[in-house]
Amino acid sequence: MPELATSLDPRYSRTGEFWRGALDTLPMMLGAAPFGLIFGTLAAPSGLSSGGALAMSLVVFAGSSQFIALSLLAGQAGLVVIVLTTFVVNLRHALYSASLLPFVAELSQGWRALLAFWLTDETYAVVQLRYGADDASPNKHWFQLGSSVAMYTNWFAWTVVGVVLGRSMPQLQRLGLEFAMAATFTGIVVPLLRNRPMVAAALVAAGVALLGRDLPYKLGLMLAALAGVAAGMALEARADQKEAR
Amino acid sequence: MTRQELLIILGMTAVTFGVRYSFFVLGDRVSFPAWVRRALHYVPVAVLTAIVVPMVLLPDGVHWQVNWRNAWLAGALTSGVLAWRRLHLLAAIGGGMGVYFLWRVLGA
Repeated sequence: MPELATSLDPRYSRTGEFWRGALDTLPMMLGAAPFGLIFGTLAAPSGLSSGGALAMSLVVFAGSSQFIALSLLAGQAGLVVIVLTTFVVNLRHALYSASLLPFVAELSQGWRALLAFWLTDETYAVVQLRYGADDASPNKHWFQLGSSVAMYTNWFAWTVVGVVLGRSMPQLQRLGLEFAMAATFTGIVVPLLRNRPMVAAALVAAGVALLGRDLPYKLGLMLAALAGVAAGMALEARADQKEAR
Repeated sequence: MTRQELLIILGMTAVTFGVRYSFFVLGDRVSFPAWVRRALHYVPVAVLTAIVVPMVLLPDGVHWQVNWRNAWLAGALTSGVLAWRRLHLLAAIGGGMGVYFLWRVLGA
């Protein structure tokens, strides 16, 4: 019976999951708004046409590499440099892709391609939480779709506002909406710190991120993630050994 | 849009999508060995912490701000405590943002 109950529960219906995904992403949308706007306003001064800026938000859809592309364009960098830099900056998304694969493996290739196209830091953060929840909802991928569409629409809309205005909105930027992302990530991470290996993963990741914060192309972030994972594994292995003895 | 811009955008799209799709493309044709599955367990905590901690401790990206006047730190600590006490995620976010804005108003 629990199976049946889950499939009939309106919260776990496709639309229920979709809207919950969008709703849980709302704080991140607030946090991304100032960045979308700044990206739009910085495009022209960096030498990117309005059409180019809109197209970038529409088909690349990757905030940090879009900003880095602008600074590279402003510095007259060539195609190969910009594309390679984008690749390195986005490497961390391969970790997200691997981490979520067990939850999307059964979906069709079309679904997987679509969800991959929209896989950002923000969506990853809320979606891994949903997939990890212990209810047996058969429609958790609709939650990811809702989160993705929400982030995507929001990012594009704020890019349009920035391009159209062509100048920054100090009132909006002074609000400090960027903090929403920090609050959300903190709220997601803290309950996961249930045992020593998790705490070690967090501490080591934080330490390496701080030490490597001046490395180019977000490499510090990538190293920090890998170091954190390794620390968690090491402590887990040690705990297993103790138990075995 | 110039031809050069078009090529840049297409190239960026290809590598970004390629990285994001790198594992999704496999679908159910692979299943990770046990040690990889255990390692993936730590990805959310490691990545999200690595993103947040430098933002909070060096809000301007350059100067350390480990003191009670740092609104980022006060807000994040509040979100952390609320989340630790098992409050709903949106409550933890809202509480942290409330403290953050309060700090900004009081500090300004």
